[in-house]
Amino acid sequence: MIYFNNVTKKYKDETLSLDSVTLTVAPGEFISVVGHSGAGKTTLTKLILAEESPSDGTVFFESTNIHKLSSRELTKFRRRIGIVFQDFRLLSNKNAYENIAFAMEAIGATDEEIATDVPHVLDLVDLGHRINHFPHQLSGGEKQRLAIARAIITQPELIIADEPTGNLDPLNANEVVEILKKINKLGTTVILTTHNRNVVDSIGGRVITLEKGRLIRDDKDGKYMI
Amino acid sequence: MFRTDTKRVIRSGYRNFMRSGFTSLASVLIMTITLVVITGLLYVQTTLQVALNNIKDQVDVTIYFTPKTPESDIKNVETGLNKLPEVASIVYISQDEALAKFKERHEKDYLTIQALDELDENPLGASLNVKARDPSQYETISKYFEQDTLQAKQALTVIDKIDYHQNKIVIDRLTSIINGAKRLGFALSLVLIAISIMITFNTIRLIIYMSREEITVMKLVGAGNKYIRGPFIVSGMLVGIFSSIITILLYWPVSWWLGSQMTEFLGVNLFKYYTSNFFQLFFIMLASGVIIGGISSIFAIRRYLNK
Repeated sequence: MIYFNNVTKKYKDETLSLDSVTLTVAPGEFISVVGHSGAGKTTLTKLILAEESPSDGTVFFESTNIHKLSSRELTKFRRRIGIVFQDFRLLSNKNAYENIAFAMEAIGATDEEIATDVPHVLDLVDLGHRINHFPHQLSGGEKQRLAIARAIITQPELIIADEPTGNLDPLNANEVVEILKKINKLGTTVILTTHNRNVVDSIGGRVITLEKGRLIRDDKDGKYMI
Repeated sequence: MFRTDTKRVIRSGYRNFMRSGFTSLASVLIMTITLVVITGLLYVQTTLQVALNNIKDQVDVTIYFTPKTPESDIKNVETGLNKLPEVASIVYISQDEALAKFKERHEKDYLTIQALDELDENPLGASLNVKARDPSQYETISKYFEQDTLQAKQALTVIDKIDYHQNKIVIDRLTSIINGAKRLGFALSLVLIAISIMITFNTIRLIIYMSREEITVMKLVGAGNKYIRGPFIVSGMLVGIFSSIITILLYWPVSWWLGSQMTEFLGVNLFKYYTSNFFQLFFIMLASGVIIGGISSIFAIRRYLNK
């Protein structure tokens, strides 16, 4: 599904963020990307989203080179991916309902679809009672669950979760991981970056370890080992 | 599809505007200042225009003829002057009219009236009162008689005096002051308008700058550029709409005061100007506000969309 072909990313200030990484992600996988801060985890996700372009090498999503897409094609491409961030990145001016409705409006859903799907997905992440609350009125765990609801509402083929548990206490972190596992079981590919040992161990799937931009370990049934 | 999108964009822009509370209020106030300046300059221009017209009206050239000049000679001069493109109008004042006017002016001055009555004949000559289209053209008109034409020479034999020469300095000075005020007013307007538009633009830019993170998120969620930009433009236009309403309301008491207290001084009743041009003024404010707000938003958001 995703192919990193010898990808190197150097930022303007000459920091080497990714160093010749080659990687394949198959559909339906749940991949944990681990590593210290600055190991290149976030850069990896940014390259998949075409937020950054590689300095060298290519990134393919199925058969398209995503860094060759036009702005319009890129918008369409991004609709196939759901994203969850460490800092939630919800739209602060919109309430829970509108945050999710926005993602649906963006892909051109009808008002009827929005009216039925949004309450449903909010119930799914256990936020049915928070439907009219604004992000600043929600707790960290609730914000992250809302962000996940936004990511899955468009039924993407891939979910990228960049340190989704980084700002959460263990209990909330666990809840978030459980939701992601459930989504994965329903057939969505999940790429999760983290430096939290408990999270990785509780997922127990494929683990990719990055260190100083290099891919140093790729275990089929991995554990957190740094 | 287009209708749904438009509806969503407008709704979203309206909500953003309303929910941003204090930020929206701040930009509305800044925009109001811009519109107050623009409208104020309209008022100044109107007052200046009226004042200029009044002054222009008061400037004229009077050609006095020696008494007993036959009316046909005077008519000859009048038709000659009428051929000049610079001449706006000519009023003929006959000897009898001149006498009547003189008596009227000196109604209470018995001595003069008595002296005048002692005379057997009317000592006052007829005159032609000439108005030019523009104050700068009086010189051309008076030079008409200095030309080396038969008509001019003939005219000079019956002309007692032309009082343009007496007024020349005053007229010249007025002409240059009028022109200077016009030019200065125009330049000042442009500068003030430019400054206030820049301030408004900057305010809107700051507001959009605060939303740059959200713009990135919207893009990542898969929203198209048009769909992201729309609500910001709507918000910008709403700023314009609200500011124009505030401005037109602000100008009501101001115009009323100017109308009741300053009409004599300014030579124009600005409250009358306000009421008779209400919709025109409001439309100018609304259009300026909506255009400045909308275009500022388009320019401000461009750099975040192109990333």
